[in-house]
Amino acid sequence: MEFVNPEGLRLDGRRPMEMRQLRAQIGAVAKADGSAVFEMGNTKVIAAVYGPREVQNRSQQINDQALVRCEYSMANFSTGDRRRKPKGDRRSTEISLVIRQTMEECILTNLMPRSQIDIYVQVLQADGGTRSACINAATLALADAGIPMRDLVTSCSAGFLNSTPLLDLNYVEDSAGGPDVTVGILPKLDKVTLLQMLRNTTSITLLIQPYNVLERFAREYQTAGVSTWLVVHKKGIRAHIQAPTLAWLLLDFQLSSHHLKLVAYTGVATS
Amino acid sequence: MRGIEISLNQTQKIRLQRALKQLESLYLRANFNASVTVADTIPVSNEDTILKGHGTSERDGEVVATLCGVVERVNKLVYVRTLRARYKPEIGDIIVGRVVEVAQKRWKLEINFSQDAVLMLSSMNLPDGIQRRRTALDELNMRSIFEENDVVCGEVRNFQNDGGIQLQARSQKYGKLEKGQLLTIPPYLVKRQKHHFHHLEQYGVDLILGCNGFIWVGEHVDARDCIVEDQLNNTEQQFTKSNTTKEMPLETRRSICQIANAIRVLSILGFNVTLEVILETIDLSSTLNLGIDEMLGPEFHVLVAEREAERRTSMTKRKG
Repeated sequence: MEFVNPEGLRLDGRRPMEMRQLRAQIGAVAKADGSAVFEMGNTKVIAAVYGPREVQNRSQQINDQALVRCEYSMANFSTGDRRRKPKGDRRSTEISLVIRQTMEECILTNLMPRSQIDIYVQVLQADGGTRSACINAATLALADAGIPMRDLVTSCSAGFLNSTPLLDLNYVEDSAGGPDVTVGILPKLDKVTLLQMLRNTTSITLLIQPYNVLERFAREYQTAGVSTWLVVHKKGIRAHIQAPTLAWLLLDFQLSSHHLKLVAYTGVATS
Repeated sequence: MRGIEISLNQTQKIRLQRALKQLESLYLRANFNASVTVADTIPVSNEDTILKGHGTSERDGEVVATLCGVVERVNKLVYVRTLRARYKPEIGDIIVGRVVEVAQKRWKLEINFSQDAVLMLSSMNLPDGIQRRRTALDELNMRSIFEENDVVCGEVRNFQNDGGIQLQARSQKYGKLEKGQLLTIPPYLVKRQKHHFHHLEQYGVDLILGCNGFIWVGEHVDARDCIVEDQLNNTEQQFTKSNTTKEMPLETRRSICQIANAIRVLSILGFNVTLEVILETIDLSSTLNLGIDEMLGPEFHVLVAEREAERRTSMTKRKG
C-alpha cells in the first residue's frame, strides 16, 4: 500500500512531517479537580484528575510523597467497529503504566505527602496516537487541578513506512505494520521522560542496534534521574529500521513537541 | 475561559458577555500582575535577594513557576497563586467538613484538602458542657456526638508534623450541623473575613461560609449547647432529643433553598461569595418575584452578572 503519494501527500492529505490539527479544552468534567479534552485530528481523549486527596488504601500511603494512580480506558464507541473491550486488558494496563510513570516524573510529588492523585483518561475517538494524546490530556488536566509540576509534558509519535519517516501516525498508518516511536519530553527542561518503541513484526536480528541508538539518544539528553525507558515487543523490532533514520525521527519529534507545547500553553493560559 | 454551562438564548448570551467583559476590564485596571503557566520563568531583579514561596522553584539561577496562576509579590517574597486548586488551610480558618471515619479518640473529616482533617475528642466541648478528662466511656460514646456522614463545623487549630491538620470545636458555635443544606463551591470563591458565621434574622437561617468552600445553610439554632443543665452521661438522651425536635416550618425551608440557590448562581458565575453579595442576590430574586426554581434559570444568571458588574463599577468609581 502506498502511504505517501507521488505529490508527497499522505492518506489524509498531510505532508510526511506535518502534524494533525490540535485542539485542547480544559474544565470538561465539572466534579473533577482538573480535567481536559485533547484532540489530535480525529483522536479525541478526555482526562480527569482527582486529588490530591486522602489515600484510599492505607497500605499504599507513602510518607514523603504523593501516590499517583492512573487508569486508561477506551470507550466502546471509540473505534470503527463497536466492540466491548474487557477492562484491564494487557494493552490498557500497559498504557496506564506509561501515563502514570510519565506524569509521576513531572509532578512534584514530594510537596503533597500522604496523599493520592488519580488520573483517569478515556479515549473517546481512536485514530492513532492515543498514547501521546492521553499524555497531553493528562498534563493539561493536572495543570488545571493546580498540582505543582516541573514542566508540562508534551508527547507525539512517529513511524516509518515504505522508507519514509512519518510524523503523528493516524490509524491506517499505525496499523500498517511499520515501527513507531512515542516520545514524551519536558520542553523547558529539555529532557526526555518517555521513549517507547513498539512493533509486532518478526525478526530480532537488529534489536540491539536500535536499542543502542535509543540509549545514546537518551544519554545525550542527560536523562539520568529521568525515567527513560524502552519497550520492545517480545518478537522484536523489524529488521529494516536504520539507526540514523531513527535518530532523525527522534529529533523531529523534538521540533514538533515545541509546537505542541505552544498549544498546551494557550489552552492553559486562557483558563 | 472555563465555560459557564447554562443554556442561553442569543440576547442573553450577548448580555452576559458584555457584563463579563465589563468585569474583566475592571480587573485589568486593578491588577497588573503577570499570569504564568507551569515552567514559565518569573522575572525578578537580580540585585535584591528574594524569597521563593509556593508554586516556585529554581532552575539554572532563574525562578520558575510550578503552577498555573498569578504571580504575587509581597516585599521579598515571590509566590504563585493558583487559579484553581484544592483548599489550603491556615490556622484559624473556619471550615465545614463531613465526618468520614470515627477512629481512636478522633474523627476524620473530609474538608477538600489533600488529607483528611483530624478532630480529636479532647479538642471539643462535650455535650454536657463540663470540662474534664475524657474517659474511656466518652470514647465509646463518640458516635453519639458525631457519626459518619455528619456535617461538622470547626476551626483549624494547628498543623501536624506530617502536614495534616487538626481541628478544634471548643466553642458553642462549632459542632454538628443539622437541618439544612451543604453546598460545595470552589474554595477560592470564599475569602477570609472577620465573620464566617452569619445569622440571617429576617429568614431565621444560619449561614456558615467555610473557608474550604463548604457552605452550610441551615435553620437557625440558638447557642448550640443549651443542654448544660443536663447531667453527665445522658448523651444518648440528648441525641434522641435533637432528633425529635419539632419540624422545620415550610417558610424556613423555602428561605434555605432560596439562599442556597443564590450561592449556586454566584458560584456558577465565579463571583466571590460574601454575605453582602448573597443578600443582594436574594433581594434581586425577591424583587423580581422569581420562584426558587427559577433562580437557576439562565435569565437570573445574566441578571446577577449584570448587577455584579454594575456594583463593582460603582465601587471602583467611588474609590477612584
